[in-house]
Amino acid sequence: MKPEAQRIVYPLLMAAVLLALWQGLVVGFDIPPFLVPSPVRVAQTLVVDAALLFGALVNTLKITLFSFAAATVIGVLIAFAFVQSRVIEVALFPYAVLLQVTPIVAIAPLIIIWVKDPTASLVICATLVALFPIIANTTLGLRSVNPGLMSYFKLNRATRLQTLLRLRIPSALPYFFGGLRISSGLALIGAVVAEFVAGTGGTGTGLAYQILQAGYQLNIPRMFAALLLITVTGVLLFGLMSVLSKWALGGWHESEHIHD
Amino acid sequence: MSEIPAVEVLSAEKTYPNGTRALMPVDLTVREGEFVTLLGPSGCGKSTLLKMVAGLLAPSDGRLLLWRKPVDQVQATGRALSFVFQEATLMPWARVQANVRLPLDLAGVPRAEADARVAESLAMVGLDKFAGNLPRELSGGMQMRVSIARGLVTQPTLLLMDEPFGALDEITRNRLDSDLLELWGAKKLTVVFVTHSIYEAVYLSQRVVVMAARPGRIVDEVAIAQPYPRGPEFRVSTAFSQYAKRLQDSLLRASGTHADEALA
Repeated sequence: MKPEAQRIVYPLLMAAVLLALWQGLVVGFDIPPFLVPSPVRVAQTLVVDAALLFGALVNTLKITLFSFAAATVIGVLIAFAFVQSRVIEVALFPYAVLLQVTPIVAIAPLIIIWVKDPTASLVICATLVALFPIIANTTLGLRSVNPGLMSYFKLNRATRLQTLLRLRIPSALPYFFGGLRISSGLALIGAVVAEFVAGTGGTGTGLAYQILQAGYQLNIPRMFAALLLITVTGVLLFGLMSVLSKWALGGWHESEHIHD
Repeated sequence: MSEIPAVEVLSAEKTYPNGTRALMPVDLTVREGEFVTLLGPSGCGKSTLLKMVAGLLAPSDGRLLLWRKPVDQVQATGRALSFVFQEATLMPWARVQANVRLPLDLAGVPRAEADARVAESLAMVGLDKFAGNLPRELSGGMQMRVSIARGLVTQPTLLLMDEPFGALDEITRNRLDSDLLELWGAKKLTVVFVTHSIYEAVYLSQRVVVMAARPGRIVDEVAIAQPYPRGPEFRVSTAFSQYAKRLQDSLLRASGTHADEALA
């Protein structure tokens, strides 16, 4: 089997084995669904509650994508500023770290109080979570220029703009895409966490809200179904970023080659 | 004076702010069309000297002239120089053609003209069939050829080469040496070549400038009075060995007790 196929087939086989085991255990020991629902029961819930759950998914996804986009744009702009001037970087970098290490659950209530619009407040929270990897990776990438090529550009009297467009940005792309992959997942986590904190006071329609509600009602199968949707969304986002990265790097970078 | 020299180094020296003397004051003149090699062990300042000639490093004292102008005013002479680095220093994301076109793109040469010159340049190094490849798809020797093609595309009259074939195997290196001599003859280039290989220096040069380390300085100059074209048989001739012996003695004498380093 080709290594590419292996990467897809083996995890799927593993999933089938685990699901069968899970189903067998739940049925065999007659475990009630409010403790652990069987995979079949979760699937049924997903179909029965489709309108509710997928509606919630769309809302969570909306927050995720908005904040992911915002984090990407803001992160890249900050990285450019850092690379253009040492002073800016030295002055601001500690605050970027500060932002990163402060748990979002701790700041979220404040943001939710300050920002009237519930959607905006959630987007701000999730953006804060997703921002740092983009800043850090893009800055590192813009600085990781082959010194020989840098000398070559200097020797040919390249302008600052030419060096940026033809050398720094292409050199930064692999790092930038690495940042995107991490941030896509973080944006989703940020959106869910912010929804949790906002709770019923927020928009009240996202997946996290559904999990909270299902918890109050001891509707464990629905909880699992919502959880499944969040996980699948995260995996799909990561996959999408990987495909995008492969497409953009077009096979020139070492990271896009499978070594056997 | 009928002919102005391509390169004049007038007591140029390099001392780093931390006090390291990379290069004692040196004088060197390279005539137009000459092939001169700077030979010496690591740390003798040969690369430093070459980078000062290219304007990549500023001397801490002394002057460097290219065609009688300071190095930063080389455009005023209407001539161009190219620098070939130790590594191929290609852009890994760009195809061979785009890599070779880079200096023309940076200078704003129109695309059609640039592409024609790139094709010509790639043909010169025998890589016209690889214009659409990525650097990673080429061998080390081929990557170096791309780097040389990029150096030639600006139609320079002065080519500065900093141990360009140092990382290649001996067979590939010998072949690229021969190719380089051919280009030098055909294009009437002036070449300043840096190497730590005695044999490469003898094979290529009209004149070898011997340098020594700690502190970096010029210790000897040897003219290789052999006609061109030099074929592979020159490498195994008696004259070749005599020149090699002469250079080796010179290196050993300069390095004193550090004889092993000079041989390495």
